[in-house]
Amino acid sequence: MQRSTDTHDTTAAFDSVETAVEDPTATVLELDGIAKDYGHECAVEDLSLSVRDGELLTMLGPSGCGKTTTLRMIAGLEQPTDGTIQIDGRTVANSDAYDKPEERNVGIVFQDYALFPHLSVEENIAFGLTEASERKTDERVSELLELVDLDEHRTKMPSQLSGGQQQRVALARSLAPEPDVLLLDEPFSNLDVRLRVEMREEVRKILKRAGVTAISVTHDQEEALSISDRVAIMNDGHVEQVGDPAEVFENPESKFVASFLGQASFLSARVAGDTIETGMGTFETTRLNGPVEAYNGATVDVLVRPDDLRAVPSAESTADGYVTQRQYNGPSFVYRVTLHSGDVVHCLHNHSESFEPGEPVEIDLTADHPLAWYPTG
Amino acid sequence: MATGDRERVAEQTHGATTGRSTPRVLSAIAVAITLLVLSPLAWLVMRAGEMETIRAIELLTSETTVDVTINSIVLVGTVTALAIVVGVPLAILTVQTDLPFRRFWTVTAALPLVVPSYIGAFAFVSAFGPHGHLSNLLSPLGIEQIPAIYGLPGATLVLTLFTYPYVFLTTRAALLSFDGTIVEAARSLNHTRWQAFKRVTLPQIAPGIAAGGLLVALYTLGDFGTPSIMKYDVFTRMIYNEFGAQRIDYAAVLSWLLLAMAVAILAVESRLEAGRDGAYVSRGSRRPGEIKLGRWKLPALLFCGGVATLGLALPIGILLHWLVRGGIGYQGAGRAFELAFAWNSLSVAAAAALVSVVVALPLAYLAARSDTRLGSLPDRLSYVGYAVPGVVLGLALVYLSLKYVPFAYNTVILLVFAYVVRFMPQAVGTTKSSLLQIDPSYVEAARSLGYQPLTAFRKVVLPLIAPGIAAGGALVFLTTMKELPATLMLQPFGFETFVTYIWRVQESGYYGQAAIPALVLVVVSGLSMLVILRREQHNAT
Repeated sequence: MQRSTDTHDTTAAFDSVETAVEDPTATVLELDGIAKDYGHECAVEDLSLSVRDGELLTMLGPSGCGKTTTLRMIAGLEQPTDGTIQIDGRTVANSDAYDKPEERNVGIVFQDYALFPHLSVEENIAFGLTEASERKTDERVSELLELVDLDEHRTKMPSQLSGGQQQRVALARSLAPEPDVLLLDEPFSNLDVRLRVEMREEVRKILKRAGVTAISVTHDQEEALSISDRVAIMNDGHVEQVGDPAEVFENPESKFVASFLGQASFLSARVAGDTIETGMGTFETTRLNGPVEAYNGATVDVLVRPDDLRAVPSAESTADGYVTQRQYNGPSFVYRVTLHSGDVVHCLHNHSESFEPGEPVEIDLTADHPLAWYPTG
Repeated sequence: MATGDRERVAEQTHGATTGRSTPRVLSAIAVAITLLVLSPLAWLVMRAGEMETIRAIELLTSETTVDVTINSIVLVGTVTALAIVVGVPLAILTVQTDLPFRRFWTVTAALPLVVPSYIGAFAFVSAFGPHGHLSNLLSPLGIEQIPAIYGLPGATLVLTLFTYPYVFLTTRAALLSFDGTIVEAARSLNHTRWQAFKRVTLPQIAPGIAAGGLLVALYTLGDFGTPSIMKYDVFTRMIYNEFGAQRIDYAAVLSWLLLAMAVAILAVESRLEAGRDGAYVSRGSRRPGEIKLGRWKLPALLFCGGVATLGLALPIGILLHWLVRGGIGYQGAGRAFELAFAWNSLSVAAAAALVSVVVALPLAYLAARSDTRLGSLPDRLSYVGYAVPGVVLGLALVYLSLKYVPFAYNTVILLVFAYVVRFMPQAVGTTKSSLLQIDPSYVEAARSLGYQPLTAFRKVVLPLIAPGIAAGGALVFLTTMKELPATLMLQPFGFETFVTYIWRVQESGYYGQAAIPALVLVVVSGLSMLVILRREQHNAT
């Protein structure tokens, strides 16, 4: 194990955990054009990504998009067929050399935690602290138990812990040797819905306090948007868009990203000079995000989410379409409306505003932000 | 790290680094073990090569060969059929009816499996044979003749009684695992209980019954003790006799035929296994409603009681009888039992167990973790252990060692090797099933925390599979203790064990002296059943 040679004394290093990250602009992890083929099948293709010190980046994408494979390549559990991986300025994998997982100083929190069932909580946490003296190890374990707030469970066995507690032990275990990068594989998928929301905040808090650079992988957009500093939307083995969660949500760069985030609908619109003509009326092009002149006379797809639209009761003659489905979510309704033009859109209403399926409605565009749009096709 | 570059490149070329592929060393070890285990079969092939074709054909078509083949087929056929006739009703009675004391009958129905069949045969001969307990009991009443126990009837009776539990257990498992609601669905579609059984239950449990039946067939075919005691000429008995008479050619020819039949049975079994995908996988927790026995209750009880009496009470009773009466009249000129025999038994069994678990570990790892073709090798290999009857193995090892490793001949080494070939698959099985329950991410977690692959295995995997390894060792130990034919053929001169002692006493007719070792062996096989049952419960949870 090389790791303690490039870190300081364990206790001293842990103090830095409480403070902020030293240089938030430094790049800790750099993936450059990495690819992974399984025989003829290509799981990851020409993927590049860089992660800054202390940042929490989430790779978000549908299952099979290559995000877990990417994570395993960073960890050294899979070997890239092409491209370079650098951790902290050190090349750990390129096309002809390759560091083993135990040589990388990368921590992993597994989807099912992979706590060693024959070891107690403290033995699990101490597992990676092989270099330190017994006293130092003990201190470090105590610090981590405090960090994840599990002091009183120190001597318990993993099977005696709840799901959330097990996850915190897994987190503490992977943080103990002070990894350069921490990887989290679908970290909340084994928790029930209520606990999931609670643990998201908890885990983000722990990661921030530890000041560790972390990469998480999920297919749950709410989770990705709520805990990450940046999200990378992945599709079919490559990154579609990377950025601040709000920016990505508001300005999806591709139709795939747009359709993946939120309950997206697309409204086909014909550009006619300063206006666009749609199945729910004519609007000025200023409501769109970015110049659309180049598409004058052509059709574009405008992204509309349920909170951008409102349905208004209407007479048959003036209606834009009919309510075709009602989805009740407790505090709100989402109505699906099929427009006369053939487009299908969704409108969000609070639970007191009720429409019946089959009712004719007019649709108002209530969005107070520029709408993203994409060339049709 | 600078020097590591070349190593890393080298390693990368054979893909040892991902942990998902098979390390080369492991594959090499597995192949070496395979070759060793297959070596006895190699002897049979070599022998065939050496023999002149005309002589081989002459031997194959001789009258004796034809007779022995017919005898073997008849014995296997009748025992298998009878085992199904006894085992299936017992399973249905104990699972699906309101039979009184069901739990009790479940236990008694399974228990005859713990009596090694040769001990059962031994007990039956002493009870029903000429001058046996029964005829002595009956002669004052003027009954001079009781039906002959020797030959086909005796062998069939004994083998059926001590093998039907295979059918009972597999059928019971099938009955327990299938969803009761489908029977209710059939009833709701206007089927009577009997119709529903025929059209719904039976097709679902048929693979279970067949699996049990094939186990019985394979056991019967390879069993040496029972037909020998019953003086019924089947392959195993003939091979042993020809071996004793030094007629190796004929023994080899009979061995081929025996192996061919065993392979045929296994082929049927593996086809059945492959086609069983859709069968009894429905995991409904609902039991079908109990069948009310009504006026059939008494006959059902008599049936269960009768089987339990013959398969359990009678042999155990006779052994206990010998034990009590041991001193008087039963002790003959033969050597008395010595503690050294027990020590011999224990030590070879322990050696076989130890070697087996060590050899099993790489094989099990390969079987559990590798998806290459090599990964299926251990499973295929285990068939060798099941398919090659003890007599054939003993015969092959005697001549193989004489020819190539004369220093091993007539030593314990050869004996232990034979046990390992026969029983190591059990250790592979338990170790593999433990490994399969371990999340591969444990090793990945350990490696991400800075451990080398082997250290990670030792610190994380080994402690977790230790119970599986121990269970495998225990199974090998216990089954080795009661192994008969290979032990008889390979025992070093003057090296007596429980088994050889019982055999000698049996041959000379001094039954009383066999009581203690026979009872010990019954207890030993009871223990091995217990190990298997504990493992199954453990795996189920």
